[in-house]
Amino acid sequence: MNRYLLPLLAVIVMIPIMVLGLGSDPSNLPSQYIGKPAPDFNLPMLTDPSRTVSTADLKGQVSLVNIWATWCVGCRAEHGFLMDLANSDIIPIYAINWRDNRPDALKFLSQLGNPYTASGFDGDGRVGIDWGVYGAPETFLINSEGMVVYRFTGPLNRMLWEQEFIPRIAELTN
Amino acid sequence: MKRLLSMLMLVFFATSVIAIDSGQAFDDPDLQARYEKLIAEVRCVTCQNQNIKDSSAFIAADLRREIRRMMGEGLSNDQIADFLVTRYGDFALYRPRYTGKTLILWITPFLLVFFGGIVIARIVRHRMTLSIDEVSDEGGPAQ
Amino acid sequence: MIPEIGHFALILALSLAVCQGVLPLVGAHRDNAALMSVARSTSFGQFFFVAVSFGCLIWAFVNDDFSVLYVAKNSQLLLPTPYKVSAVWSAHEGSLLMWILILAIWTAAVAKFSSGIPLKLIARVIGVLGLLSVGFLLFALLTSNPFERLIPAAIDGADLNPLLQDPGLAIHPPILYIGYVGFSVAFAFAIAAMISGDLDQNWARWTRPWTVVAWLFLTIGIALGSWWAYYELGWGGWWFWDPVENASFMPWLIGTALIHSLAVTERRGLFKSWTLLLAITAFSLSLLGTFLVRSGIIVSVHAFATDPTRGFFILTFLAIVVIGALVLYAWRAPALDSTVGFSPLSRETFLLLNNVLLVIATTLVLLGTLAPLIVEMLNGGKISIGAPWFQIAFLVPMIPLVLLLGLGMHTAWRKQNPGPWMRLLRLPAIAAVIIGVVLPLMFYGRVSLMLIIGCGAAAWIVISSLIQPVRSWCRKEGATGITRSALGMCIAHLGMGVFVIGVTITSAFGIESDRAMRIGETLEVAGLQFEFRELREVQGPNYTAIEGVLEVRDGGEFIGTVRPQKRQYLVQKNWMTEAGIHPTWNKDLFVALGDQIGDGVWSVRIQYKPLIRFIWIGAFIMAMGGLVTVTDRRYRKTVK
Repeated sequence: MNRYLLPLLAVIVMIPIMVLGLGSDPSNLPSQYIGKPAPDFNLPMLTDPSRTVSTADLKGQVSLVNIWATWCVGCRAEHGFLMDLANSDIIPIYAINWRDNRPDALKFLSQLGNPYTASGFDGDGRVGIDWGVYGAPETFLINSEGMVVYRFTGPLNRMLWEQEFIPRIAELTN
Repeated sequence: MKRLLSMLMLVFFATSVIAIDSGQAFDDPDLQARYEKLIAEVRCVTCQNQNIKDSSAFIAADLRREIRRMMGEGLSNDQIADFLVTRYGDFALYRPRYTGKTLILWITPFLLVFFGGIVIARIVRHRMTLSIDEVSDEGGPAQ
Repeated sequence: MIPEIGHFALILALSLAVCQGVLPLVGAHRDNAALMSVARSTSFGQFFFVAVSFGCLIWAFVNDDFSVLYVAKNSQLLLPTPYKVSAVWSAHEGSLLMWILILAIWTAAVAKFSSGIPLKLIARVIGVLGLLSVGFLLFALLTSNPFERLIPAAIDGADLNPLLQDPGLAIHPPILYIGYVGFSVAFAFAIAAMISGDLDQNWARWTRPWTVVAWLFLTIGIALGSWWAYYELGWGGWWFWDPVENASFMPWLIGTALIHSLAVTERRGLFKSWTLLLAITAFSLSLLGTFLVRSGIIVSVHAFATDPTRGFFILTFLAIVVIGALVLYAWRAPALDSTVGFSPLSRETFLLLNNVLLVIATTLVLLGTLAPLIVEMLNGGKISIGAPWFQIAFLVPMIPLVLLLGLGMHTAWRKQNPGPWMRLLRLPAIAAVIIGVVLPLMFYGRVSLMLIIGCGAAAWIVISSLIQPVRSWCRKEGATGITRSALGMCIAHLGMGVFVIGVTITSAFGIESDRAMRIGETLEVAGLQFEFRELREVQGPNYTAIEGVLEVRDGGEFIGTVRPQKRQYLVQKNWMTEAGIHPTWNKDLFVALGDQIGDGVWSVRIQYKPLIRFIWIGAFIMAMGGLVTVTDRRYRKTVK
């Protein structure tokens, strides 16, 4: 009797897994650096190549690192919100300009505004790979010790900011 | 909405043109063969289920370039795998690692065949004891 | 107007399906012949209305009715007419309607060709099929209506995905679905048997031909998909172990086990609960495949773009169908155990091994497909399981199976005397091992353990499959000799052997070469010279293309010209690679054009694929073997 129930039991076990699977987003890749130090980088500054942006700059305060590029549609979409965020002066926004063209990037910032405290120029994408970037835009939340707390993939807006970032920032500053 | 936008973003990267590695081939044919085998086993992290050998996404090209660099520096396949896993997790490898939580995946085929064998042995041993001469209705054909 | 007729026809079909589903089952329960005979007429009626509905959708596409949302999303004015028709099943809503149509066709066929089957059984079978139709029709009408209007109408459509604008891919879904959906018939027979509690050798004899036909269509459908991926996707591969590919392969593996299990039940009344469970599983895997592809739960280039609400509906339907069937199974199967036996060396034992090994193979494919999801749900992070794992895991049960195949075919039922058996097979076995060593060495210059196993197994199967037909022919037995059933089995197994040799040789000796080529340059691959002659622009009906012209030579001798293209379709603007292939009976030369790297310099992929056509030819031969078995005289017997 019992062995004839096995197939039924196996199916009953599988169903909740499928249901849970329906709720999740299969294309979302969690960052490998959550809870770990942000990967080291040392890049020439986009606006002034003689200066550099590096991991050292991230230490000492809670900050954001935004991965962006001019060819990225989502980056354009979130730019307005990033400007608002920068103007409200809550948190410094560093950036890695990923796999982009320097003149295009400079033009982008001069036309639409520059929300970034400093933007590093990662022309060949090496730093992007080091950070585990898989699609722009991405925004990392870094704590004052330079450790990665959270990564958000996709264009940011006010609603997502309040939902995902504000609670985490509050936790860090307490 | 967020999902739709990220999907749009991903569609941007994934195209249906194959990628052909336009980088320099290694002079050493063994190294080149090892490289080609390895890149077939690394997942393109932005694509819809493709390896970096066939994908035309630029991340795939970047990853191929990094792997070529590491192989040129003499790193082993395991070390290159570590590099990728540190950055993208086990997701980046199409060949699950032989240790840790994916070890069970490699053992399972042999386990199943082993238990299958036990099941078969039990059934055959039971049927051996029963009569093989019976009246079969609907007389069988030559087959 | 026509789309509204199509929509209305579906609603009528649904009401008929409800009658078809409920009344005959009630009638069978109450022994009411009038209610039971409703089964046949309602199934013909449902088929009629579903066909009308499908016809309306085709009409909408062929007449460029962009006021229908589905047409606007998947067609375009300049699309060649054959592709306007195939665009009907290119996306979720239309392919679902096609599923419903094919289910209606199978049901009507069962209603038509079942004169020898008792009314009570056939009423239950058609009733169950009716209930399945109800589920799918509800799904379509409630969540996936292909006739939804777009107001205001679009001026031109968004175009059919260029990847799908291809004859191979146009017929691949219908043929695949005929297979998938066809397993619903075996499923319905199984449910009918469980409801009545009767499962005998007659039941197996009636169920078997329906199952074999479904199986052979599925075989051809999968082979078509693989062949298409090879020549269209540009990378020269033929199987990627993609979740959607696996979703079609699992029902095939279980379906193969099912037809063999049915053989045992038909012949000796054994393996009844195995056969029931396999029938339930084959169709459940078909449904699971439908779920996986449309739910958004897996990442695949094949997946339909759809949303979780639809996924939820299918999952609920799947759960109801499978759990219902398995509850019936747990209730009825224990009583079905027969008391006859067989000796250890017997065909029954080999078929038992066959069942178990195929079930293990299916379990492994399912595990590999779902494990990433399961691991993620258990918070183990995201992992990937790809070809490297599948290839090894799949071979573990399959190598023994392939070797046992040659033995099982010649083993008698109930009890086989070892003496004559070994005498018969000793020479073929030795010949197979010799061929296993000689073939790769002589023709391709290299040998290894895996090559000996692969080539040896293929030779073993081929020789073993030929023993009976050749003997029968030599004895000039004519009509009294080998039965169609036996002949079909030999042909199908032969096809398997051809398949195995194709896979072994192409995997071991295929050469792939990615290089930068300048126009005018010659590259040598696999001992042949490929000269990049020129690059030109080509105009297609709805695309423009850059075409490379390469000439292939062997020494000085001209072999052929290949013309790889990069096409840009006018509407969707993405670039497509069309490989240039020079096929011969024993190899393919495969060239694909990559990107322009510099002035007159292009990246080119040149591949040498020995015996690759054998893979699809082998599959086709397998399907033909199945077809021959179905024409056997005994399936036209009427019930006594």
